Amino acid sequence: MSNIPETGRTQRVQIRLIVIQVLVFSLLLTLGGRLWYIQIRNGQEYTDEAKNNHVQQVVQPAVRGAILDARGVPLADNETRLVVSASRTELMKMKDDGDAVLTRLAEVLDMQPREVLDKVRLCDSKTPQPCWNGSPYQPIPVTDEATTQQALQIRERAEDFPGITAEPTAVRRYPAPGKANTAQVLGYLSPVTDEELTKAQNTDSPYLRSDQVGRSGLERTYDKELRGKAGVTRYEVDNLGRVIGQAENDKAEPGASVVTSIDARVQAVAEYELNQAMEIARKEMDRNTNQRYKADSGAVVVMETKTGRIVSMASLPTYDPNAWVGGISGKDYADLTGKKSNFPLLNRAIQGQAAPGSIFKVVSTTAAVNAGYDFDGNYPCPSSYSIGGQVFKNFESQGYGSISLGRALEVSCDTVYYGLAHKEWHRDGGIRPKKKTNDWFYRTAHQFGLGKETGIDLPNEVTGRVPDRQWKENFFRANKEGWCKQGKKNGTYVEMIAYENCLEGDRMRAGDSVNYSIGQGDTLVTPIQMATIYAAISNGGTLYNPTVGKAIVSGDGRTVREIQPKAHGKLPFEGDTRDKIDEALAGVATRGSAAWRFGGWPQDKIPMHAKTGTAEVYGKQTTSWFATYTEDYSIVMTISQGGTGSGASGPAVRNIYNALYGLDAAGKQNLKKALLPKPQKALPRIQPDGSIDAPKIKPYDPASQKPVEVVGQALAGAPGRRD
Amino acid sequence: MAGFSVSRYAPEQSSWARLTARDSVVRRLDWPLLSSSLALSLIGSLLVWSATRNRDTLTHGDPYYFLFRHILNTGIGVALMIGTIWLGHRTLRGAVPVLYGLSVLLVLAVLTPIGATVNGAHAWIIIGGGFSLQPSEFTKITIILGMAMLLAARVDAGDQLHPDHWTVAKSLGLAIVPIAVVMLMPDLGSVMVMAVIVLGVLLASGASNRWVFGLLGAGTVGAVSVWQLGLLDDYQIARFAAFANPALDPAGVGYNTNQARIAVGSGGLTGTGLFKGSQTTGQFVPEQQTDFVFTVAGEELGFLGAGLVIFLLGVVLWRACRIARETTELYGTIVAAGIIAWFAFQSFENIGMTLGIMPVAGLPLPFVSYGGSSMFAVWVAIGLLQSIRVQRPITA
Repeated sequence: MSNIPETGRTQRVQIRLIVIQVLVFSLLLTLGGRLWYIQIRNGQEYTDEAKNNHVQQVVQPAVRGAILDARGVPLADNETRLVVSASRTELMKMKDDGDAVLTRLAEVLDMQPREVLDKVRLCDSKTPQPCWNGSPYQPIPVTDEATTQQALQIRERAEDFPGITAEPTAVRRYPAPGKANTAQVLGYLSPVTDEELTKAQNTDSPYLRSDQVGRSGLERTYDKELRGKAGVTRYEVDNLGRVIGQAENDKAEPGASVVTSIDARVQAVAEYELNQAMEIARKEMDRNTNQRYKADSGAVVVMETKTGRIVSMASLPTYDPNAWVGGISGKDYADLTGKKSNFPLLNRAIQGQAAPGSIFKVVSTTAAVNAGYDFDGNYPCPSSYSIGGQVFKNFESQGYGSISLGRALEVSCDTVYYGLAHKEWHRDGGIRPKKKTNDWFYRTAHQFGLGKETGIDLPNEVTGRVPDRQWKENFFRANKEGWCKQGKKNGTYVEMIAYENCLEGDRMRAGDSVNYSIGQGDTLVTPIQMATIYAAISNGGTLYNPTVGKAIVSGDGRTVREIQPKAHGKLPFEGDTRDKIDEALAGVATRGSAAWRFGGWPQDKIPMHAKTGTAEVYGKQTTSWFATYTEDYSIVMTISQGGTGSGASGPAVRNIYNALYGLDAAGKQNLKKALLPKPQKALPRIQPDGSIDAPKIKPYDPASQKPVEVVGQALAGAPGRRD
Repeated sequence: MAGFSVSRYAPEQSSWARLTARDSVVRRLDWPLLSSSLALSLIGSLLVWSATRNRDTLTHGDPYYFLFRHILNTGIGVALMIGTIWLGHRTLRGAVPVLYGLSVLLVLAVLTPIGATVNGAHAWIIIGGGFSLQPSEFTKITIILGMAMLLAARVDAGDQLHPDHWTVAKSLGLAIVPIAVVMLMPDLGSVMVMAVIVLGVLLASGASNRWVFGLLGAGTVGAVSVWQLGLLDDYQIARFAAFANPALDPAGVGYNTNQARIAVGSGGLTGTGLFKGSQTTGQFVPEQQTDFVFTVAGEELGFLGAGLVIFLLGVVLWRACRIARETTELYGTIVAAGIIAWFAFQSFENIGMTLGIMPVAGLPLPFVSYGGSSMFAVWVAIGLLQSIRVQRPITA
């Protein structure tokens, strides 16, 4: 056999050629497989990525809707400011990335060049503020406070300022009409965060990078309506950001306006009077602590009794919401959130909670009646009540003999309620409770809507607390360890309490129950809860969800969606209990604990009902509560560390009523002066062009109704007088 | 007898009859090979056109500039192929020492000041008038021819069954010189292709297994030591890093691979249609007319179009394999195998990097990528394959 095969090659070469061929075709198959994987299997993913790659959006922000008062007066609207902005895509086309242009711009705007350059650079993890965190295709605002002069310079020398625009732009404004600042109710805006952006991406109202988002108050609750829809123009761009494709255009839709039930005039009165009351209280001596009252915070709510609509809501301390416009400065933010400022961002009407004191007695009275005690029965009202050696004083330190529940409400006799609560406590088994307890006093509180939100259309309302058995048990479990550690049998007051709590903190003790019956102890309520309750007593028992928003008027004025009053419960009145309580509360204003504040009140024309409250807070001065209502309005005011109910809050509340009804100090009505003798029912008039009529508004002049002077009595309550 | 060609011995026939005669060169050409190569070049011209018609900085405002240049390059390439067939690979065998010497001189010239750097690789000679030369493309051919000449000489003469160790060593020495020079440029992509060519040539030559595995081992050790000794430039290391993790730096090194994959992936089954790919129109893929030309096929022609490109490359390689197997002399076999190794690896590397299964290396896709040197070299290689086929005896 020849060494060389016929094909001219050896077996070895032949095999190797086949190996090469197999290798080659497996490489090609690999490519084909990979191509299939990328294009067919995962094609959609890459298609989406390609889309993101080459489509860029330019956003025309929608003008945010206004927040109006009940008559159309703007509480929050927009003002036109001259905003100078720089287009990054234009600047980047220049040789020096636009440095020269920006430097020239800084000169015109009286700013430092560095400052302007920093504002235009893009944010990333390494770049500190200031920097632009929006889309690089969006014009970047350099300042929103350009003068007309500066804007003209920029426009006239357009060739010196390529990529720079100076245009009037809508910027949020809180005009505080008639000094009605309404800060906490309105809320504020701040730029959208990355997290919100991704979260809202696939919802029906996605955010845009440039969006401002309502952070609290109405701005937050009605954010979606107010925001409108931004206009988006989509451009196809190449890798350098140059526009190569056609634009797709969605027009901007301006945000809807929110008409509220707030009356700016009444709001101004409420704010002024609350502040006034607190300032006066700060001049008064507190006989318990021998210091002047601190009156550190306060709130007042004016509510329509038949709808639950809020006519005004004020909270102190307050702030200027305009501080948030155009981005809040670090210093302002620290001031607004610092402890020193006592948290002015809190809306204390819905977020402040305190023990209610005697204004709670309407709950206890109803509870007693429902538990089977005759409203008109005779109940002893001694000056003190003792349980197992512990003495519970009648805070007025006065005995009235045997009185009815109505009279007990009028004179705010604590011992009547002590007795009833103690009896009920016994009936429920005392310290060793029965399996099924009635808990009339606690059950009724829940029925009055306490311990849960009223459902007002403002964010972050707090619930308050009903210290019932369930709560006690939970609270005990959470705190047992601390109490047992701290408690000493014969230590300080705090240590003794802790010792006691450690032993039987989970039990409902007699002391807890009697204290609770007069609104002291662990009970917490918010002003809005009490206003809702007193409004319900006035309207026959319906607990309305308080509302601030009254109607949503679309940006073009074409559609109006009214926000109807909604109820969330009925007060558990049986028979004529409501009427009797109503009568007793009228008695409070005419001959009871608040009578001295309503001298000269035209009770026959405008029946006034009131209840005073002074809540004890351990380690602090007393909280002043004043809950009132007429046929149409319910006003609740509270001042923390402010003294007694009628003492600190009485005159202020009466002045608000005076303003509403047009009364002078002597009780003479002048309807011309009355701001709102009847609740505003009609919505403000909407013009065919979509604008809303707004009446002119005069600031509140407190001198128009002289302060109520009642001869022979000091402003902050007679000595020893407690509600 | 060198230069033997049947057709040249029929002077009495008319030229048309000569060309169409049953045993003519034209009849014996490998037509599937030729038509696939032509089809690839023409598809390439469309893709190059699409990739460049908006790139004003490259085209100087003439959107057809690259289309015409690519067609022109293809024409020159076809002419070079015809010339190569006419000369015949056996004729060229005699000229190999000269050609080899010339190509080594050219790659050396790149290292002198007349060389130019393009995309980090100092691999070009600018001729002027918009022309430039990448000598390493031609070196691929001369390495194949030179090694084939040495390895096949004694076997084809019938003296040996397989090349002996000394011959293999000599042929490796012949390859090492230009490879070393190209490495100095540094043009790592070409070095990789040349190394694979050497491997393919050795395999086909029938050199002992020890050489084949020894070379593989040496290649591995070499690659590791190059990495360890830090002989690579930063940009080369970055390319490998980006291959390992494209998400690493999407704006920097990973940008190319990322954008390339987006372009290919967004094509789907049928693609966006020629000129309608947003990635291509928007110029998101750098070097799209040369190294990343496959992404245009992927995006605008879809799985069907890009698959067709791979299929046509497959036809070329299939025909080349047939030619390698059917020729009777080892010289032709080795040359064909070298070309197969070259085309196969370069295509796999080029397409593989756009699909993210190979690291980025600056290599053109045969026939399809824009670039004269590559186009000419590839067509000369086709000429060599045709010549091997034409000159084998009709009956084996």
